[in-house]
Amino acid sequence: MLAYLIRRLFAAAVMLVVIIVVVFGIFFLVPKWAGVDVATSFVGKQADPAAVEAVAQKLKLDEPIIVQVWEFFKGLFVGRTYAGGGDVTQCSAPCFGYSFRSEQAIWPVLTDRFPVTLALALGAAVLWLIFGVAAGVLSALKRGSIWDRGAMVVALGGVSLPIYFTGLLSLAIFSYGLGWIDAQYVPLEDSFTGWLGGMILPWITLAFLYAAMYARITRATMLEILGEDYIRTARAKGLKEQTVIGKHAMRSTMTPILTMLGMDLGALIGGAILTETTFSLPGLGQAVLQAIKNQDLPIILGVTLITSLAVLLANLLVDVLYAVIDPRVRLA
Amino acid sequence: MTELSKTGAAVGEPVSGSPAPTAFLEVRDLKVHFPTDDGLVKSVDGLSFTLEKGKTLGIVGESGSGKSVTSLGIMGLHTAGQYGKRKAQISGEIWLDGTELLSADPDHVRKLRGREMAMIFQDPLSALHPYYTIGQQIVEAYRIHHDVDKKTAKRRAVEMLDRVGIPQPDKRVDNYPHEFSGGMRQRAMIAMSLVNNPELLIADEPTTALDVTVQAQILDLIRDLQKEFGSAVIIITHDLGVVAELSDDILVMYGGRCVERGPAEKVFYEPRHPYTWGLLGSMPRLDRDQQERLIPVKGSPPSLINIPSGCAFNPRCPYADLPKDNVTRTVRPELTEVGSKHWAACHMTQEQRQRIWTEEIAPKL
Repeated sequence: MLAYLIRRLFAAAVMLVVIIVVVFGIFFLVPKWAGVDVATSFVGKQADPAAVEAVAQKLKLDEPIIVQVWEFFKGLFVGRTYAGGGDVTQCSAPCFGYSFRSEQAIWPVLTDRFPVTLALALGAAVLWLIFGVAAGVLSALKRGSIWDRGAMVVALGGVSLPIYFTGLLSLAIFSYGLGWIDAQYVPLEDSFTGWLGGMILPWITLAFLYAAMYARITRATMLEILGEDYIRTARAKGLKEQTVIGKHAMRSTMTPILTMLGMDLGALIGGAILTETTFSLPGLGQAVLQAIKNQDLPIILGVTLITSLAVLLANLLVDVLYAVIDPRVRLA
Repeated sequence: MTELSKTGAAVGEPVSGSPAPTAFLEVRDLKVHFPTDDGLVKSVDGLSFTLEKGKTLGIVGESGSGKSVTSLGIMGLHTAGQYGKRKAQISGEIWLDGTELLSADPDHVRKLRGREMAMIFQDPLSALHPYYTIGQQIVEAYRIHHDVDKKTAKRRAVEMLDRVGIPQPDKRVDNYPHEFSGGMRQRAMIAMSLVNNPELLIADEPTTALDVTVQAQILDLIRDLQKEFGSAVIIITHDLGVVAELSDDILVMYGGRCVERGPAEKVFYEPRHPYTWGLLGSMPRLDRDQQERLIPVKGSPPSLINIPSGCAFNPRCPYADLPKDNVTRTVRPELTEVGSKHWAACHMTQEQRQRIWTEEIAPKL
């Protein structure tokens, strides 16, 4: 088990380095190939050639790509110094650089917005796990019944309806129509109930989509597991049916659900762009959408890296949980 | 003249309607039907037999003859955990030690499972839960029926693993099923089914998934354990060699019904049903010249939705035209006594069968 853990950790570390290089490569090479000069785009449309030159020198854009990657790495782990055009800026680690537009440091932007996205993803995940898995199990046990058909129709709806539809609908009904919830986002530090009020509709909307998917997967997996020989063995031992389902069948059903959860959480932590935009939540998704509109490369780069890191960590967590659940994995 | 023996009879014609059977296990007119889109699958269609403690009954037949469905029916596993609308339709009577199981409270039957009657399955790898250790699974089986702490139960598990011949049982108890070899897994499965000293043990093709070299060991183990625990054993197989080794009595199934049953030596040396002849003819024997070809049973097993009218075996039976008036194709033959405690369901006369067996079949075997 420990050896397995160390192997996974090592693999994750190697993966992280590869991700940084690849992401950096994409964001600094692609503009070059596309004929867009990063320094010009930084300075503005009517650029003074001298200013462009200064920016290129300061950001080391004229250096070979290897040097640029190295500088970026250094910035992430020990900080870096921007010098050129007459002034010197010290950017301490972890340094993701500065926004092209607002000239703010990227790292505080990320740390500001990350908790919002994290809270959105985790809260929704709790909801969709509870309701999705429960609905899936019940559907499997009552296969063919009115409940099963009804639940699967709702699930199909959940999977098919886009967030900006269900999100706006829930806002229209619960916030503007019935006036039950003030859907304005309030930071947690300011007011817990205000924060809860602002998060509840995004959670439900996001969870509805995912719960639908999880219900379908849970139902299919549970039906398959119920046909397994070891479930028959469990019954042949004289176990109560609720133990057969709750212990023997559930444990096997959790494996594919956990795999999905790892990937979904990772992806969501990188920014639930649609949900954040629909509900005006100041999370990573909203930040990256703004940055893409503004061609603000450093922010896109920073968010992409955070996203990758989140996916990596989520998968590491899933790998560990996987080994806890399935003893055969520990040997692999 | 029927010779219903009162003592030690493992097979006898059950007397229908008598409420308190004297036999340890008595199955009366058991029917297990499954509704499907294509029609009603009559997996078991009127099966009766009795079994005494300490005796072994071998149920033989090809795939789809209803052997496994019968065993699951006795265990009550067709009704336990059945979800959805299509439920198996079960009728008849199953008396186990004075209790009729089909009409009993399902929770009472559940409590009998594992304690009074236990089962060994064909493929021990898929029959054991991959995520729990062998020990955890045996401990669970024990603690369902015994109010003991985990430590005591684990000691019992180690004891059982030792008893079924697993080396270093105190270490192997913490292994997972995938860390065991096929034979070891089946031993562990046997240990798990015997942990509560069940009175009835049903072994459903216990050696089919195993290496040939391991098969004999497992059969020996089952025989030894039966002697030690004195339980009644039903062994289900398509391998006549297996039943020859273990059984006191043999029941041959075809198309969901019993076509012949009797003491093992009778069924082997004086079989009185053409299907049994076919089974014997298709069994490879090492003591025979390898140049001789095996004699397969022609045709394929009957559809259990449209069981042939008359004798279910008639489309494959080389002697179907011997009885008069096309009776094999119109009238379903009932079991008739052909010898002491020996029954067969065939329209041919005793003399015809006697002659065919001694003159045509036996010399070729």
